[in-house]
Amino acid sequence: MSLTLPPESKSYIQKELKRYETKESALIPALFEAQKVFGLITPEVIDLLSKEMDIPTSRVNEVFEFYTMFNKSKVGKYHIQVCTNISCSMVGAREYMQALCEKLNVKPCEVTADGKFSVSTAECLGSCGTAPMAEVTSRDADEYHENLKINEIDKFLGKFK
Amino acid sequence: METKLLTQHYDKPEYQSLKGYQKLGGYEALKKAFSMKPQDIITEVKNAGLRGRGGAGFSTGMKWSFLPNNNEPRYLLCNADEGEPGTFKDRVMMERAPHQLIEGMIISAFAINSKKSYIYIRGEYMAPIKIVEKAIREVYDAGLLGKNILGSGFDHDMDVYRGAGAYIVGEETGLISSLEGKKGQPKLKPPFPAVQGYLKKPTIVNNVETLATVPWIITNGASEYKKYGTEKSPGTKLFSVSGNINKPGVYEVPLGIPFKDFLQNECGGMKPGYELKALIPGGSSCPVLTRDEALKSTMDYECMSQLGSMLGSGGVIIIDDKQCMVDLLNILMNFYHHESCGQCTPCREGTGWMNKITTSLLTKNGKLEDISLLHKIASHMLGTTICALSDAAAMPVMSFVTKFRDEFEYYAKEKRSKVKGDVHYAQAHH
Ligand SMILES: Cc1cc2nc3c(=O)[nH]c(=O)nc-3n(C[C@H](O)[C@H](O)[C@H](O)COP(=O)(O)O)c2cc1C
Ligand code: SF4
Ligand code: FES
Repeated sequence: MSLTLPPESKSYIQKELKRYETKESALIPALFEAQKVFGLITPEVIDLLSKEMDIPTSRVNEVFEFYTMFNKSKVGKYHIQVCTNISCSMVGAREYMQALCEKLNVKPCEVTADGKFSVSTAECLGSCGTAPMAEVTSRDADEYHENLKINEIDKFLGKFK
Repeated sequence: METKLLTQHYDKPEYQSLKGYQKLGGYEALKKAFSMKPQDIITEVKNAGLRGRGGAGFSTGMKWSFLPNNNEPRYLLCNADEGEPGTFKDRVMMERAPHQLIEGMIISAFAINSKKSYIYIRGEYMAPIKIVEKAIREVYDAGLLGKNILGSGFDHDMDVYRGAGAYIVGEETGLISSLEGKKGQPKLKPPFPAVQGYLKKPTIVNNVETLATVPWIITNGASEYKKYGTEKSPGTKLFSVSGNINKPGVYEVPLGIPFKDFLQNECGGMKPGYELKALIPGGSSCPVLTRDEALKSTMDYECMSQLGSMLGSGGVIIIDDKQCMVDLLNILMNFYHHESCGQCTPCREGTGWMNKITTSLLTKNGKLEDISLLHKIASHMLGTTICALSDAAAMPVMSFVTKFRDEFEYYAKEKRSKVKGDVHYAQAHH
């Protein structure tokens, strides 16, 4: 079965193609859209976008590869990224990350058995004064969670249904 | 000592909306600007001595005057990529006062005769993106963007562009590549963006805070602005402060205030049980200062440069006595290695080696010679590459190993941290 984009995604991408001065600028928005729809951007998805946008696959792929927000491996329904850069690590982000992994019984970059969560580290997310913090992405949302505490991990995870 | 020229209304939620912003005097500066000649706006900004708040501290008025004096289309790009570890002031500015930025951009665009601008916001900043996009819609609806704004005859369009995760895109030519729909790799300068930038057209790239300062200068004038700060660092600046202090956050203070007072008054001092050990004054790329240097420093461009560091982005990273400098440097090297775009050999290889060497120290495989080697590698990375990321990675290394050499030697000899002892770092890096 070949992949198809839902009509609303198609029209979104067509709109983005006209939004900027060059149509290549629509690659980032289109890749975000495809990631939302398909979960993971596979070579088939790259092909599909290439056809939809009339941009060579090599160009689509190069943009996909360059940016970290496009997942390179499978993530959970909720992908939790804990910043472990300098300011966050000074106030316990790595210990938080470790506790979170233990709680979910996963290693960094692994997905829980039920597919619900994955955890990874992230570079500075511009939230250094409210550390430890994590960015949680899912199909419908992309949010910051700040001032995280190890003794509140259950409460934190309970937010995600 | 907080002096709120820009942040006066930041705690009022209504300031986010066009109505609330206008009620508190918003868009009056734009009206005034339209009564001025574009050249006079540039002169006013130049006279105010406003220096770019993105990191380099270059004169904003001067940068604008590098544009060719012709009718060629030109672009204004707002750099809201904010990826420098320790920096989070632009995020706060966009969330609390999106219209201050937009107003500053329309005035700046009018000054440089640009008909199109983009605000390039890092992809992780979903909340600010939504707030700024909504604010732009409000502004269009009110006729403050689009054709013939306020009857001035000036047309301007503005849009947001969402990034997708890459520190290097914060470098202005990397940002341009990214906006062009390519990999966000920096380009060789010259040509400078003011001459040949976005789509090979003259382009001005300015930081969020820089542009958001313009309305104040237009309303109050350059001489009023210069009443704050020092001669070479006029005005106020937003500092984002992190670390084990009582009140981390963003504070606007006049440039030139003693760091010691800032730490005590704005930051509420160190957390109980923690002592100040070192300071990174302006984001992770700035050389580290020792406690003594920090306590005698003032927060302005000239003092930080005298001390061999930089004011940078204003990301004040407070390092306490419980931190191991070898560990912190390794975190930074991991970051710069990960973020090097790989175009230049000294940067690509150098960040890799420095990451490897600091990691080997932490994993008890380090040797005493490694410390001099780190310094040597770093010194070869300065000034030889397409962009300044290479320098940004090298400078912290040189300052860390010079000023905290005892901690590095201890690790190499004793195979454990002088500060933390025999720790297993909670988390190895990717
Ligand atoms: C590696 C690197 C990362 C940078 N990141 C940012 C950034 O996130 N935001 C920013 O405004 N400037 C950043 N800069 C500085 C920009 O290149 C540029 O100088 C700045 O946006 C100009 O605006 P200003 O004159 O208003 O400061 C970075 C520079 C380098 C070398
Ligand atoms: S210095 Fe580093 S980041 Fe900058 S262009 Fe060269 S390789 Fe890329
Ligand atoms: S260092 Fe973690 S958000 Fe900045």
